[in-house]
Amino acid sequence: MSMILIIAGREFKTLFLSPLAWTVLAILQCILAYLFLTQVETFNLIQPKLAAIEGAPGLTDIVVTPLYGNAGIILLLVTPLLTMRLICEERRNKTLSLLLSAPISNADIIIGKYLGILGLLLLIVFLITLMPLSLLMGGELDIGKLFANLLALSLLAAAFSSAGLFMSTLAGHPTVAAMGTFGILLLLWILDWTTSMQDQRSELFEYLSILRHFQNIQSGLISSADVSYFLLFTATFIILSISTLNNERLQK
Amino acid sequence: MAKLITVEHLCRYYGKYCAVNDVSFTLAKGEVLGFLGPNGAGKTTTMQMLSGNLAPSSGQIKINGFDLLDQPNNAKRSLGYLPDTPPLYKDLSVQEFLYYCAQINGIPADSIAPAINNAKERCGLNDVSQRLIANLSKGFQQRVGIAQAILHNPDVIILDEPTVGLDPIQIREIRALIRELGQDHGVILSTHILSEVQESCSHVQIIHQGQLILSESIAGLNQTMDTGSLLVTTRLSPETSVLLAIPGVSSIENIAGNQLRIHYNVSGDPTRHIAETIIASGWGLLELTPVKKSMEDIFIALTRGSDS
Repeated sequence: MSMILIIAGREFKTLFLSPLAWTVLAILQCILAYLFLTQVETFNLIQPKLAAIEGAPGLTDIVVTPLYGNAGIILLLVTPLLTMRLICEERRNKTLSLLLSAPISNADIIIGKYLGILGLLLLIVFLITLMPLSLLMGGELDIGKLFANLLALSLLAAAFSSAGLFMSTLAGHPTVAAMGTFGILLLLWILDWTTSMQDQRSELFEYLSILRHFQNIQSGLISSADVSYFLLFTATFIILSISTLNNERLQK
Repeated sequence: MAKLITVEHLCRYYGKYCAVNDVSFTLAKGEVLGFLGPNGAGKTTTMQMLSGNLAPSSGQIKINGFDLLDQPNNAKRSLGYLPDTPPLYKDLSVQEFLYYCAQINGIPADSIAPAINNAKERCGLNDVSQRLIANLSKGFQQRVGIAQAILHNPDVIILDEPTVGLDPIQIREIRALIRELGQDHGVILSTHILSEVQESCSHVQIIHQGQLILSESIAGLNQTMDTGSLLVTTRLSPETSVLLAIPGVSSIENIAGNQLRIHYNVSGDPTRHIAETIIASGWGLLELTPVKKSMEDIFIALTRGSDS
């Protein structure tokens, strides 16, 4: 366990040694702050009309839910860039043998790396959450719904980074890893578009789609089916990564 | 004496290509084993298997009594490995990098600082410990790689071509360091430079096309190679028949003009006799150089021996 934390800590710190993590944090915060402000502006404009309607959507529905939805799409674009170097870069720089010849199991290496990158993504999620929290100064929020959105985005980040880690374990070049991750994630994201276009609905595709589960949790309905979808997704890719790393010793 | 490494019938295939074929050897404490071979002989593959980076196709490796496949963590605890490319995180400073290595090798927190200081001392890294590894010269990077391998004071140290890219002074320092390490550890060293083995090793193994063709102590190696040669230049052309008659001389090659190459058996070194004969005959001795045996010579001798 301590080995996992050592590797995770090193990975997290190394991310901040290069400009990459700082750039990603700055740009994400900028874009999301702009989106957040436009939503707040919209709310201000339509507030008088909403007051007249019975059971109209509140501040949380109009500002928070779209903010987290947009953050999910941006994470889809950014996660592949953050995860592409995890194992791939170590292999290219021949530093992987440092870890492989140390008394650490492959599972420790993979989980450590995963937690390191997850730390950065959760930091991003935390910074995003500060924006709706600032609304508490002048308004009221549905805290339960905010929590549901926070949970949905965290689970999404966990799932995205596990897929990215797996592609990085597999690929020989970081760019290939990034493209592969982006491909998988985008495919899973848009999978249920096809089902809604046609009359016959494929239940399998509907279940596989990340977007559907994400939106379910976002709406405030935290069901174990949706949560376990994300947990299974994450666990599957982590286990696949470990076995890929194990196989590397066998074949070359 | 307990063996630090026991290797039995090690084989490794890359697809159908056999890189290492039925290699067995042992290493005891206090031995420095030189692993010698030309490029592509299977040196690095063997080193990678010993360090747990590559699984053998068949065969068994035991380090300190622990099987590398069954109890990898116990086996790797007594192992320090420097691959042919030093595994360095270029973004870190030397101090940070060594600290991380100490952590992943499971050194207890309170003994990390003395371990790092000791390794830096031994590899001459004290002046650069705050610098980024990316900004260091290749020689210093190589030293950081060695420091990383000896950091946790492992029983077995495996160094894959440790002196590549170093200047002559650094090479001498590293060889001295290897000899020093050999006193209370077991060291395996791979190289294609024969003089390196002769200077720093107690035992030598020659690997060729994946097979061990020689496994000897250094004294034994010198005896196996019981032929030597001399390069002789004279002012007047000497009579080869007279020189051939000197006991110990086996053959004479005429290289150019008055330059000869004289082959002899080491057991009865005829160098003095040859010099006296040339001077006594008044041929005018200009040059008499003992020719050091090259890796190639030994190789040709050994591979010929195994073919016939």
